[in-house]
Amino acid sequence: MSSSLSLTVRDSSTMLRRNLLHARRYPSLTLQLLLTPVVLLLIFVYVFGDVMSTGLGGHADRSAYIAYVVPGILMMTVGGASLGTAVSVCTDMTEGIIARFRTMAISRGSVLFGHVAGGVLQVMISVVLVIGVALAIGFRTDATPLEWLAAAGLTALVGLALTWLAVGIGLSSPNAEGASNTGLPLMVLPLLGSAFVPVDSMPGWFRWFAEYQPFSPFIETLRGLLLGDAIGKNGWLALGWAVALTVLGWMWSTSLFNRDPSSR
Amino acid sequence: MTTPTTPATPATPTTSAPRELAIAATGLRKAYGDKTVLDGIDLAVPAGTVFSLLGPNGAGKTTAVQILTTLIGADAGELRVGGHDLASAPDAVRAAIGVTGQFSAVDNLITGEENMLLMADLHHLGRREGRRVTAELLERFDLVEAARKPASTYSGGMRRRLDIAMTLVGEPRVIFLDEPTTGLDPRSRHTMWGIIRELVAGGVTVFLTTQYLDEADELADRIAVLHGGRIVAQGTAEELKRLVPGGHVRLRFTDPVAYESAAAALRDAVRDDGALSLQIPSNGSQRELRAVLDWLDAAEVEADELTVHTPDLDDVFFALTGSTTAADSTTSDSTTSGSNAGSTAPAARTAADSTADSKETVR
Ligand SMILES: Nc1ncnc2c1ncn2[C@@H]1O[C@H](COP(=O)(O)OP(=O)(O)O)[C@@H](O)[C@H]1O
Ligand SMILES: [Mg+2]
Repeated sequence: MSSSLSLTVRDSSTMLRRNLLHARRYPSLTLQLLLTPVVLLLIFVYVFGDVMSTGLGGHADRSAYIAYVVPGILMMTVGGASLGTAVSVCTDMTEGIIARFRTMAISRGSVLFGHVAGGVLQVMISVVLVIGVALAIGFRTDATPLEWLAAAGLTALVGLALTWLAVGIGLSSPNAEGASNTGLPLMVLPLLGSAFVPVDSMPGWFRWFAEYQPFSPFIETLRGLLLGDAIGKNGWLALGWAVALTVLGWMWSTSLFNRDPSSR
Repeated sequence: MTTPTTPATPATPTTSAPRELAIAATGLRKAYGDKTVLDGIDLAVPAGTVFSLLGPNGAGKTTAVQILTTLIGADAGELRVGGHDLASAPDAVRAAIGVTGQFSAVDNLITGEENMLLMADLHHLGRREGRRVTAELLERFDLVEAARKPASTYSGGMRRRLDIAMTLVGEPRVIFLDEPTTGLDPRSRHTMWGIIRELVAGGVTVFLTTQYLDEADELADRIAVLHGGRIVAQGTAEELKRLVPGGHVRLRFTDPVAYESAAAALRDAVRDDGALSLQIPSNGSQRELRAVLDWLDAAEVEADELTVHTPDLDDVFFALTGSTTAADSTTSDSTTSGSNAGSTAPAARTAADSTADSKETVR
């Protein structure tokens, strides 16, 4: 058991190194996906900032809106980075070397674990970069180190969940384009949540969706940790969603990967 | 022994001392939907030999390789590779085998050297050992110069060599090569043949698929012809050649008197009075040739020309399946201008190379 675990860890880290090598050699996909949240952040703050901030009620100004919008942008960054994993998993599956891996005495799951580990790493790096941009344009927080740590943990957990889903999307898509289309909700869903305006300012049916889709508790929890707002039940909801999506994505991906390639 | 005739020996396995089988399949079946690709085939490959599965495009060679290498499942059949049961111990099988599939299985985004080091890591070689093995194999496969270039920039032949080099990293005991020379230019093809011979000299078992009869003839200890989902013939190249009629010795005369007396002496001969030539069925072996010569001596006649005509695998394939694979299906003739009587020297069939499918697709 422990030897099979160490085999898994060893092979997965080999696969991770391979994926990082790919990302380093061909960084365009990563950069492209990173660009979207950064550009959105700038547009929302500088173009719509004054208008949008009225949605916050009271006498909010632009800096208050930056603070409001950053957690949503960060979750969008997480979604975007995992979308990248969907595309790269899909492309990777068309590579002949995957067939070679399948005929080798290596840990069966290592190919996917490598992609997931690489995906989560990319999520974290992307989030750090976007936080850097946010700080540069005036985002301020009085979060304590413990709150930062919790925020990092939440980001990693959400990253893990979305990356596993992305792996499944990548495995089930016929080509890279299909993968990026199917995976688009990962990046767009935060927009349809509480990322840019509070949920209560939305029309009824939409509000219901926005409130209960997983990105809203993710965003609300992150907002609470970074800005000191009340988290309430959102913390548990976020945790529950993340764990559930992780398990779902993992089971889905594994069954897709272990399917006999000839029975398609 | 009066008349040399073609012995109609069926190609049965040459039973030497019972050897451990590296690959054993009984009743292997596989269908895609209602299309049966492998319809109950039996294979037995003794350890340390080269076995060639010969068949035209679409015969099911790749399917057989994919099943035997654990890539896809079989519908039925008892299968053992490297001494392990495929169904119950696939990982043990994987540990014993190395596979170079029909389509290149290298990582095109990274360099040749990185591909090799990746294999070393997956075989759990230490850092230093991994570097040593990588350097050694890159050298052996003439890839040192290209080692630091992305595999996507490699030529077909280079990629094939890298593919095989990667397969060898774990020192597999059983190696599967699915059409290793398809799509290669004649020169790379001969390089590949040399590589395969070296592998065999190292004692590993090689399971080779090919569409080329000359390739099977060159490399394989035993050949199985796959057609219509079944093994239609199996044996050594020689045994297979004996399956088809057509091997003969041809004697040509200029003197009609000598022709007549030879014809009288060799009653088995088929006469061609117009050309003053006799055709005597023969497998081209030294023994049978000598018998013919002895008869001629005894009859005190001298032929002006003696030609040995041996059927090659193209004839075999044609006889068995009713179609040829290679563009060239002529038999090889060798005139006795001294010593090469009976040699089967397969002509280099470059025509076949040009029809080769050089597409490198992946599924
Ligand atoms: N995944 C698949 N689904 C359906 N049919 C397949 C599949 N793979 C191969 N075949 C069919 O099985 C037959 C044998 O194919 P293959 O084993 O690739 O032949 P070969 O390697 O001898 O050219 C072909 O008719 C091919 O079309
Ligand atoms: Mg094939």
